[in-house]
Amino acid sequence: MSAQTPAQQSATEPTPKPTAGSTAAAAPEKGGAHAAPSDTPTVRARVRRASLSSWIGAAVMLAVLAVLAMGPYVFDRGLQQRLVLLFALVVMGTAWNLLAGYGGMVSIGQQAFVGLGAYGLVYFGDVLGLSPFVAIVVGVLVAGLVSIPISWLTFRLVGGYFAIGTWVVAEVLRLVVAQTDAVGGGAGFTVRSFGGLDAVYRIAFVYWFGLAGAVVMVAATYLLMRSRLGLGFTAIRDDAVAAASLGVRVTLSKRIVYVVAAMGAAFGGGLTAANTLRVQPDSAFSISFTVAMIFVVVIGGIGSIEGPIVGAIVYWVLQDQLAQLGSWYLVILGAIVIAVTLYAPRGLWGLVSRGGRLRPFPVGYRLLDLPSAPSRTTAAAGAAAPDTPERN
Amino acid sequence: MSLLEITDLRARYGEFQALSGVSLSMEEGGVLAVVGANGAGKTTLLKTIAGIVPVAGGSVVFDGHDLAPLAAHQRTRLGIAVTPEGRRLFPNMTVEENLLVGGHTRRPGVWGLERLYDTFGVVGDIRARLGRHLSGGQQQAVAICRALMSNPKLLMLDEVSLGLAPVVVDQIYATLPTITEQGTTVLLVEQDAGHALAASDHVVCLLEGRTVLSGPSDQVSRADLASAYFGLAPSH
Amino acid sequence: MDWVNALAQGALLGGFYALLAAGLSLMFGVMRIVNLAHGLLAVAGAYVGVVVVEDAGLPLWVALVVAPLVLAGFGYLLQRGFLNRAVDLGGLVPVLVTFGVAVILTNLLQEWFTADSQSLRSGSFGTASVQLADGLSIGLLPAVTGLAGVLVVAALQWFLARTRSGRAMRAASDDPEVARLMGINEKHVYALATAIALATVGLAGVFLGMRTQFTPGYGDLVLIFAFEAVIIGGLGSLWGTLLGGLVLGVTQSLGSQIDPAYGFLIGHLVFLAVLAVRPAGLLPKVAVA
Repeated sequence: MSAQTPAQQSATEPTPKPTAGSTAAAAPEKGGAHAAPSDTPTVRARVRRASLSSWIGAAVMLAVLAVLAMGPYVFDRGLQQRLVLLFALVVMGTAWNLLAGYGGMVSIGQQAFVGLGAYGLVYFGDVLGLSPFVAIVVGVLVAGLVSIPISWLTFRLVGGYFAIGTWVVAEVLRLVVAQTDAVGGGAGFTVRSFGGLDAVYRIAFVYWFGLAGAVVMVAATYLLMRSRLGLGFTAIRDDAVAAASLGVRVTLSKRIVYVVAAMGAAFGGGLTAANTLRVQPDSAFSISFTVAMIFVVVIGGIGSIEGPIVGAIVYWVLQDQLAQLGSWYLVILGAIVIAVTLYAPRGLWGLVSRGGRLRPFPVGYRLLDLPSAPSRTTAAAGAAAPDTPERN
Repeated sequence: MSLLEITDLRARYGEFQALSGVSLSMEEGGVLAVVGANGAGKTTLLKTIAGIVPVAGGSVVFDGHDLAPLAAHQRTRLGIAVTPEGRRLFPNMTVEENLLVGGHTRRPGVWGLERLYDTFGVVGDIRARLGRHLSGGQQQAVAICRALMSNPKLLMLDEVSLGLAPVVVDQIYATLPTITEQGTTVLLVEQDAGHALAASDHVVCLLEGRTVLSGPSDQVSRADLASAYFGLAPSH
Repeated sequence: MDWVNALAQGALLGGFYALLAAGLSLMFGVMRIVNLAHGLLAVAGAYVGVVVVEDAGLPLWVALVVAPLVLAGFGYLLQRGFLNRAVDLGGLVPVLVTFGVAVILTNLLQEWFTADSQSLRSGSFGTASVQLADGLSIGLLPAVTGLAGVLVVAALQWFLARTRSGRAMRAASDDPEVARLMGINEKHVYALATAIALATVGLAGVFLGMRTQFTPGYGDLVLIFAFEAVIIGGLGSLWGTLLGGLVLGVTQSLGSQIDPAYGFLIGHLVFLAVLAVRPAGLLPKVAVA
């Protein structure tokens, strides 16, 4: 996969490749000091991920989270239910970004897992009698399991054909579920497993559940990208063949991302179903979920953790504000996707973060004092990567 | 008027300044050899003339036309043809189809399918085979014929000897007079300085993206060429 | 005899699928673009038919000429305007751009023609059929559609093999840089390929409009079927696409014979089975070195 792809170039802080030079800036150890290889002059570089701005960013986010956590005491029920949609968008967008932005796999079939998540609530909650929240979690796990054999098939397709192949899988699941009377067949199912719960509590619990899910999904993505896997992805993105030759297990890495992305989509489906209490095959397996994910990620900024969050907020606000425009609203969104993809591949987040300096989620490394280089040039985040001169 | 006039040409290959001041002048007719070590900028020079690498400074004038604003396919129309390094035949097309593509924009001239098959018998024999099924020598012969199909004024050969057996290289070089006889001027890019010197009328040596030596091939001594090639002080 | 009939109808349906898929196959073969707007453009062709036949009151054959021309023009501009840049950028960009095009066009069609289902009145041409045996009759429209699929695939194949522009397309597909050195303007050649691909899509769209009720959202199903035909047959091979269309058409038809609800599902399952057993498709183009 070509390293010049802007959509991919934008992924993660440009972590120097292991081959990037004799100073071996690409110390894979987290935040630790690192000795250079013995055949080069020994240079000790201090490497750190976070910057002052990322600490400020993190503080702001914690404050926002604290306010959101108080939601059920502050917001009316309508707003809570609308915010649940936002949480679902954040989770699903983050999941799709993981797949496309980090894994390089554009899927337009993630509704397969959205639907499985929704029907997880129906089956494990209503049919088997588990608590609905447990049912959603079980549904998410099942979707993750099911995604493994699905990946055996879909991974045989590359590029755009992978995109449509995943869609066929979603269609198969939709048609099968529509034929399954136990979960309501084509007519769908009304969720009753919240039965005993008063609506006030139900909405509040679903709200907290959704907020927690969004936090977990974003945190999981952050940790995944900080791990060795994340480093491997940077290598795969730059040169899959070289990465494979250096021992990066390309297919395994992709499969892990695929499974996590499936679980994220399934959570979004379960959450949406818990919010609306109505599940139908045609809407639960609808491609419109994936369309929303793509909007959220591309507009917000593909390949960054912040991008899908920004995109989800923008999409959520626009959806409210522009609903009266009807079809024109989607025409505009489609045009934005084309414009962003061709001319601003790092999306809105790329524009507001001033080329990546503002990073609440630092997943790359920054070199602090490297003796051989003036500290002035290493002060900017990511400046340690000589092979990525363009910062958008 | 010279056929090709290059003045202080500069070009970048990504971040790398591959040409930092190449000047040369080519008269019509004959063979000009551009020699230099790996990375000296020979192939970049050729790609800049052909239009694959953009001109970053200086000028390239071909037959009275400034090439800088023209796209590669427009330069072909002016009479520039290339056999690229590594031959690069179209692998899924037959030899004959490769030649027909070479004649996509044909100028009037003697070269055509029949004439090429007559002159280069080996190519005629394999006309129905796919590009990817040929040996290196066959590929090179086809690549030269493919370039000739457009009846170029200037034929640029990039590293024709690379990866070929010496006897095949000799055969390829033996065809050059046939080509120049028909009025085509040849620009030869070659790492093998000995071959280049023997086959050319004029030789230019590049070092680190600059012209360091230029002269008629029969007046340039091997020793001078060697020191220019490796960037040493002149030996006398 | 029911089964023989289902087989015959399936084969004709397969020809229609090949017609729908040929353009997708061509665009992938030449530019490696997977056009997510493909299905929608077929539906757009059907709407051009609606304008020509229902609004302007012109005869059906005019639609069969006008729709391909309109779509070809659109395709040329789309390629020059956006897709060439997308191809240059590579990676995920072409997929995302054609996705954007699909979303825009779906909603524009919805705005102009509403989401109500429509169809092209094809009169006696749509209903005439020939009784070949007891329980086996061939409709004129399905027969003409199926034949059109075979002819379009054959014509494209001839074009690529025998014409100057067709060879230029194959050269640009094999090695774009060397193609440029041969005097080929690959931006123009790519735009020409998209124009031709969309012309076949426009033709397919008019037939689609005569055969079935459609809405702007119907493009999704068209894209999936066209895609399945391409993959079953093997990437980059037009004859393979024809074969893939036939396999898909026959399986869907036989599946519907078992239970009408299973037709599409069995088609999808056969597609997945091919993917599992022969991922390169039934008639793969030999791998490019």
